[in-house]
Amino acid sequence: MANLQAIVAEKFPEAEIVNGETLELNVPDAKWHSLATTLKNELGFDNLTALIGMDWGDLLGVVYYLTNTSTWEVVRVKVTTADRVKPMLHSITDLYAVAGIYEREVYDFYGIIFINHPDMRRLFLRNDWVGFPFRKDYDANPEVNPVRLDHEKVDDVTVSYVETAPGKIEKRKVEIFSPEQFVVNIGPQHPATHGVLRLRTAVDGETITKIDLYLGYIHRGIEKLCEGLTYPQTLHFTDRLDYLSAMINRHALCLCVEKALNLEVPRRAQVIRVMMDELMRISSHLLAIGTFCMDLGATTMLFYPLRERETILDILERTTGARMTFNYNCIGGVIADLDPNFQADVKKLLEIMPKAIKEYNKVFTGNVIAHNRMDGVGVLSEADAKDYNCTGPTGRASGWACDIRKRHPYGIYSELQFDEVVRHEGDSMARFKARISEMEQSCRILAQLVDQIPEGDICAKVPKIIKLPEGHWFQQVEACRGAFGVYIESAGGNQPLRVKFNSPGFCLAGAVDHLTRGEKIADLITIGGSLDYVVPDIDR
Amino acid sequence: MEVTTKSMPYGDWKDNEYIEGMVNELKANGVNVVVGSLDKLINWGRSNSIWPLTFATSCCGIEFISLGAARYDMARFGWEVARSSPRQADFMMVAGTIVHRMAPVVRRLYDQLAEPKYVIATGGCAISGGPFRHSYHVVKGVGEIIPVDVYCPGCPPRPEAMIYAIMQLSRKIKVERFFGGVNRQEKQQDFLKNHPLDKMAD
Amino acid sequence: MQDLSFITRWIDNFLSGTLHFPEWLTVTTECVLIGLVLLLLYSVLALFYILFERKVCAYFQCRLGPNRVGPWGILQSVADMFKILIKELISLNHVDKFLFGLAPFLVIIASMLSFSVLPWGNGLQVVDFNIGIFFLLAVSSIGVLGILLAGWSSNNKFTLIGALRSGAQMVSYELSIGLSVLTMVCFAGTMSVSGIVAQQEHTWFIFSGHIPAIIAFLIYVVAGTAETNRGPFDLPEAESELTAGYHTEYSGIHFGFFYLAEYLNLFIIGGVAALLFFGGWMPLHIPGWDGFNACMDYIPSVLWFLMKAIAVTFVMIWFKWTFPRLRIDQLLAFEWKYLLPINLFNLVLMVLVITFGLHF
Repeated sequence: MANLQAIVAEKFPEAEIVNGETLELNVPDAKWHSLATTLKNELGFDNLTALIGMDWGDLLGVVYYLTNTSTWEVVRVKVTTADRVKPMLHSITDLYAVAGIYEREVYDFYGIIFINHPDMRRLFLRNDWVGFPFRKDYDANPEVNPVRLDHEKVDDVTVSYVETAPGKIEKRKVEIFSPEQFVVNIGPQHPATHGVLRLRTAVDGETITKIDLYLGYIHRGIEKLCEGLTYPQTLHFTDRLDYLSAMINRHALCLCVEKALNLEVPRRAQVIRVMMDELMRISSHLLAIGTFCMDLGATTMLFYPLRERETILDILERTTGARMTFNYNCIGGVIADLDPNFQADVKKLLEIMPKAIKEYNKVFTGNVIAHNRMDGVGVLSEADAKDYNCTGPTGRASGWACDIRKRHPYGIYSELQFDEVVRHEGDSMARFKARISEMEQSCRILAQLVDQIPEGDICAKVPKIIKLPEGHWFQQVEACRGAFGVYIESAGGNQPLRVKFNSPGFCLAGAVDHLTRGEKIADLITIGGSLDYVVPDIDR
Repeated sequence: MEVTTKSMPYGDWKDNEYIEGMVNELKANGVNVVVGSLDKLINWGRSNSIWPLTFATSCCGIEFISLGAARYDMARFGWEVARSSPRQADFMMVAGTIVHRMAPVVRRLYDQLAEPKYVIATGGCAISGGPFRHSYHVVKGVGEIIPVDVYCPGCPPRPEAMIYAIMQLSRKIKVERFFGGVNRQEKQQDFLKNHPLDKMAD
Repeated sequence: MQDLSFITRWIDNFLSGTLHFPEWLTVTTECVLIGLVLLLLYSVLALFYILFERKVCAYFQCRLGPNRVGPWGILQSVADMFKILIKELISLNHVDKFLFGLAPFLVIIASMLSFSVLPWGNGLQVVDFNIGIFFLLAVSSIGVLGILLAGWSSNNKFTLIGALRSGAQMVSYELSIGLSVLTMVCFAGTMSVSGIVAQQEHTWFIFSGHIPAIIAFLIYVVAGTAETNRGPFDLPEAESELTAGYHTEYSGIHFGFFYLAEYLNLFIIGGVAALLFFGGWMPLHIPGWDGFNACMDYIPSVLWFLMKAIAVTFVMIWFKWTFPRLRIDQLLAFEWKYLLPINLFNLVLMVLVITFGLHF
């Protein structure tokens, strides 16, 4: 860390270095691209973990979190602009592939134009949307943006702002699809997109030549809504982001607020949280492999995992009272005590699971057709996984050991015995198998904890009105689909200035085009299923 | 007249007055014996064979999958033939939040459904916008853009609630009339006239 | 074995003898009657199959399947039929209206024509001419035309991809079907349906033809599944890829035709398999076990035929619901690289078996 500080200070004297939870660098925009180059090529920060647009009232800007994937150091970079009419910053798309989709998000929400970004279109909102909703001065009057029932115009041409000489910016037209290309519109209403994702796919025969991603068909503006609510009120949105890892998402937000408050969570609550997270992970992976198999055409394999999933939902329901949106974690602990039969139920589940996993392997994994469909399809190399920030089972199937539970342990994970599932093939089969192995590991964690739940409080004492001090906090947890990050920036009140949910699915969706180039249409479905994104998680 | 189903005793239904009101409305002009029994036959077919469109935007969609799975098994009622093409489906379960960008798509899907078509608004989001009601990008209830037949509350509704909702729809279909009489199509046309495609009438 | 041709003979006698119809009128009346019976049988069988598949797949998936409409849910598909009949037929703009309307009829006519050749029982066969099997292969190929037209005329990219897939798939797998049928025709020495059945009076071909017959049977079932566009070869209507494939734009009864034809083609594949390999309507006879054989003779021939056909289709339903779908290139590679060479080799093997009299 000191080394890093020295190098940056020497090379970039204009950068302001702030020591905090993570090292923070404030650089002017003109220097940002060269700083990013140095960070990536010389200092090994090869993963862009998060890119967060910000509006501080007078300043607009972007906060970057970069990770060095060998040492797991994190550095935070802040770049700002005072121009609110036509704000422009330099893009880092050429360094980090995932920035392509992140920067479009920031453009959509804040209107910040990224110079040299090849595709400056809106990402979530309609082309004809008026204003930039995340700016503090956004006009929220519904008459400005009424519910329009006419279809938006689909453009085959986009714009790019290219810097031809320092300080000289030129607006150029970039073609997405040429008129000769055969473009098939897959989605938003399509059985295999796992929700409402829209992929405009150019095909040559059955071979995919390019995919243009359209998001926002379930963009609910959760982050903006959070800015108008108190911290406990924001909690319930996390359950509805990636509803299949509801507990884990909520855990992340609670951890972030607790970190800001310096709150010590009782041991019992911590154990319960981890157990719930792992139950959630098993149930999510069960559904993931089920729907994946259904996408491949093996319908029966959908129903077998769902049968076990119901058992898990029963356990969760007895404690929380809900099947999907649990509202269980709260700031300082958990909201209610465990059901008296919880331990017995979990033990029963632990008996069922190994048999069930064996059955899935028997029905599906060994099947010749399944192997033909999945082996070598959609190969994601380790470097690409880091470049596209594909975490979770997807990243680990490509050989990138990126389990947050191991890298930045939170809760009681550092005390637990479990293996990080890392495979090296990087194809769809590896992702499928990684999920199955992760279920086994989750069972292992549950088995360690089921008899070790300590007695005690389930929730720490928290003030009636939760006010966070001025500052910012970033907390990542390992959700079912990858690293789920929560960023909170507070100006000191009981409401956040900015909440950002850095969801794993978003980056996975960004990698779809890269993964499907040159594959067949049927492989698009395989790849989509193996990435297992949840669309409300992408769109938020 | 009591509209009964095989699966549930009449007394267990919650809003019998509404269905009975519909029956009275239909009976007001009297029914020809032949037409009446033909209607009965057609409605028997329709009410027992409602195929859903596979359409889901968020959490409710997962509960809809659970509805098809072993424990809740909607196949018992013959609803498991989920069609991916709207041309072949009978009803659309609007499962999940409908946002501004999705609204024209939902409307188009509804227009693509073949008559007779029905809509069930499932979950708080589809009914009113739910927890996201105050968002800049959420439609405050799918009823603003397409006519809804049955509302199924919950966040997300349990599969049991969904079964109840579809059974209610089935009961509603049972008291329809194919030949003349009070026609739901007229109401539908009125709705669509008031909510034209180019501009929403507020 | 009771001969059921007395029924047809009685009707013939009744019309020409009792009612004194002239010959042309007798023939016309008989044709109309047969047509009606076939139509009825066709729809009843299709409805049965729809329910059968739904029930069977439900049991594979630890579910119950339809059980509300009618006793044990047996009227479920009847209700579905009523609904489909009166469902709106959406008329589309920018489609070739004539071809769009023609396609479902082509599909259903193709399957009906092949349906008429099947030997239903002892003496119950609509047309029995010396090239029956050839006729069957010929008419079942018309179906692909309907599917291609449906996909092409719908003016939709999904249907177009579905239709082209279907064209490639069916043309390829037609070869396998043809060759495996040819193998059995070689063995039987006749193309007449009744002739093939008659030859299996004592032992079914699958037993007497042993190895080559078993290989031919396996290939026939695989290729037959591909011909009927069913999983794991259901690429033309791959739900998760192409929404509903070539019939995405069809609604109402037009869609109903595709739906019925799919299930009937399944039965036809089962029926032809029963005819070629399991002795058509012939009861199970084991040489030497006279008592057993006599018992078997008491089971009506119609039942024998139906049971065999349904047993074969049950296996096909079984693997439809278990296996994932192939990809188009794998599907074609499977046919051209594996099935076709094996098939040709099998034909030679069969010829050797016949020449050297190695069969039972």
